[in-house]
Formats: sequence, structure tokens, C-alpha cells
Amino acid sequence: MTALVGDLYNYWISMVLMMIGFYIIIAQGNLLKKIIGLNLFQTSVFIFYISTGMVEGGATPILTEGTVLYSNPLPHVLILTAIVVGISTTAVALALAIRIREAYGTVEEREIQEKNYPC
Amino acid sequence: MELFIDMMLLSMLAVTALAIAYLKDLFAVVMLAGIYGLLSASLFATMDAVDVAFTEAAVGAGIFPLLMLVALSITGRYERSRRVSWVALALVSIVGILLIIGTVDMPPFGSPDAPAHTHVAPRYIEQSGEEIGIPNIVTSVLASYRAFDTFGEVAVVFVAGVSVLALLGMAPGDSRHGTDRSLNSMRQHKVLRVVSKILIPPIMLFALYVQFHGEYGPGGGFQAGVIFAAAIILYSILFGVGATKKAINQGLVRFLAAFGLLLYGITGVLSLLTGENYLGYNGFAETATNAQHIGILVIELGVGITVAAIMIVIFVTFSDRLNIQEKR
Repeated sequence: MTALVGDLYNYWISMVLMMIGFYIIIAQGNLLKKIIGLNLFQTSVFIFYISTGMVEGGATPILTEGTVLYSNPLPHVLILTAIVVGISTTAVALALAIRIREAYGTVEEREIQEKNYPC
Repeated sequence: MELFIDMMLLSMLAVTALAIAYLKDLFAVVMLAGIYGLLSASLFATMDAVDVAFTEAAVGAGIFPLLMLVALSITGRYERSRRVSWVALALVSIVGILLIIGTVDMPPFGSPDAPAHTHVAPRYIEQSGEEIGIPNIVTSVLASYRAFDTFGEVAVVFVAGVSVLALLGMAPGDSRHGTDRSLNSMRQHKVLRVVSKILIPPIMLFALYVQFHGEYGPGGGFQAGVIFAAAIILYSILFGVGATKKAINQGLVRFLAAFGLLLYGITGVLSLLTGENYLGYNGFAETATNAQHIGILVIELGVGITVAAIMIVIFVTFSDRLNIQEKR
């Protein structure tokens, strides 16, 4: 059992982080909070990818004399660019939230709905 | 020992994430998000992903919280009180449990013969030294083997910057004579001002080092761009966006954002003219490794310029909006 925990702990925690982010996105009404939730979700995927790329006893993927075992460089490349793309798209989301605030005077989902469909 | 550190960092990440979900004061949430970014950067470093750790430290612990703070000061600091949604909680738990059951079949963490390591990656590790001739495999893959992918990603960054300008850039009223009150308030802090004045030039030099040393050590255009932008954003926070605009012409920054992407694209067209594939650099010099060096250097420069310029554009646009709001 302890071996299983040690082997899969990284994956489990990234699932837990992903679900916390997912909960914030679907259950919490504040748009800024949702953006942070989306970010948690995103980072959990990063952690999952880098965990699969890790090789026990492997070196950082920078070629040096006499080293044969390296960690997998491919996930590193994918995630490295994904982080920068992620912050740019987050900025677009924040810009949209600011525009919503200017149009409705609030970023709470429920209040926006009430202003759209007053009953 | 390494596994212990790894597990500790992961547990701290989980606790931070729970606190983020629980708290209603968004200022505290953003601070925790910064801590979360720093923790995940440390985690990436322990898993040998130094390039990724570099980027995450600059983005997750630097630029992301800053952008969130500017947005918060426009939209308000506190979240409305809310009830726990049991339906959502049940849904999330079920999905989470299913995902965790799914991981039982995964190869153990760190196992060298996992399927992910048997395909494609060995070729990069074994051949890139001869074919590309630079030690950092991540840079080889990013800027040469998969340069076309990277081109797409830089284009996404550029488009995101243009979208932010389209959403917030055309501000009603004249923003050039903004009072800069909110961001100017830091000016009174003498210690901060002096320390950051000393720190900003080394940060910029370091960004240039990361930019041009990316072939030999961890680094490259993405990291350098983000670090360079962080230096300028630090300056804006302490001395106001107005001072930054006086120092750096915003029209020039916007031009540079497009120029970096153009430089990347043109390198590809030039490689077509030498008879190679799009972004195949081998025709640029006598020997293949020299040609690869030139190609990688130029496109990494393009990436660095675009990323830095877009980050500055985004921050300045956000802060301008804040100033307009405060004047009303």
C-alpha cells in the first residue's frame, strides 16, 4: 500500500487540485474567483504532465558528458509554452471581467443574471 | 529524500488550493495564488524541469498575482457570501474519485520504462546533440524540432495581447493625463524605491542572460520575455504607469510585439528560400550545427521580444483602465 501511495501520489494530488479548481469554477459566483479556479485547474494539468515526464535518477535534460539517463524533455517543452499562453489567455479573461463590471456594476454571476432577467 | 520533498510540496499545494477555495477575501486569495505559483515552481525544479520552473516562478508568482491585483482594484475586493453547493460538491467528488481510480493503471511515478519515455523522447535525447549541437534538449525541441508549434504559441500570445487592447485599450476619455493616484501611492516607500532602483537593472541584465544563454542552460525566449516584462512592471508599480509611459513609448512596444512574431515568421520564409522546409535552418550556414545555432538564436529573440512586449502592453492597458475608473 505504501508503495502504491509513493508511486501515484503526484497523480492523485494533481487530480485533487484539478477538482478544487473545477469546484470553484462551477459553484462559486464571483467571476474573478472563477478565473483563479481555472488557473488552479490549469496548473494541475501542468503538474500531471511534468510528473509523467520525470525519470527516477534521471538528470535535467541538458546534455553533459557522461550522463545517459535524462528526464523526458518533451513534457517540459509543452508545459513551458503552455504557461506563457495560459497567462495571456488569463489576461483576456480578466479584461472581459473588467468590461462586465463596467457594464453591470458587479462581477457576481447571480446579480448579473438578475439584471439581465429582472423578475 | 527527493520523494519526501516532492510529497511535502504537493501536500502544501493541496492545502493552499483548499484555502483559495474557502476564503472570500479575494486579496488574500490572490496572495495565496502567488504562493501556489511559487510552490509549483519549486515542485517543477525537484522534478528536473528547470526550464518550466523558471517560467512558472516568473509567471505564477510574479505576473499573474499582479494582473489579478489590478483587476481586483477595479472589480472589488470581497466576494458575496455564498452557500456551499452540495450538488457541485457531489459532482466534483464523483469525477475526482473516478479520475483517481483511473490513475491506478498509470506507470509508477519516475519509472524509466513508462510508455511516455519509450517513444519520440529517446530520439531527441540521443540525436539532438549531433543534429542541433546545443546542450539544452528542451531548447532544441522547442526552437528547432517543434519550431512550428512554438510559432503557433507565440501567435496565441500575440493575439491575446491584441484582444486585451481591443477590450480595454479604446478607453473613453483621455488616458494620457491620468492622475496615477492608485499606483503612485508606493512612491512614499523610500526603502522599496531605493531597493527596486538597485534591483531593476540586474533583473534586466539577467533577462538578457537568460535570453542568450538558453541554448546552454535553462532559459530561452519565453522566460527572458517574462522576466524582462517583470522588471518594467516593477518599475510601473513603484513610479506609476505615467512614468513608464514617459520612459518607454507605448507605440514602440506595440510595434515590437508584432515585430517579434514577424521576425519568427520571416525566419521560416528565409529557410524556405534556402531550399529547406519551413523553419528548417540547415541552409543558413556551411555546417548544419552552425545553421541551427543561427536559426535558434533568431527565433528565440523573436519569442523574447513578443512575449516581453505583450506582457507590458497587457499590464499598461489594465493600469490605464484603473486610472480612468478612479477619475470618475
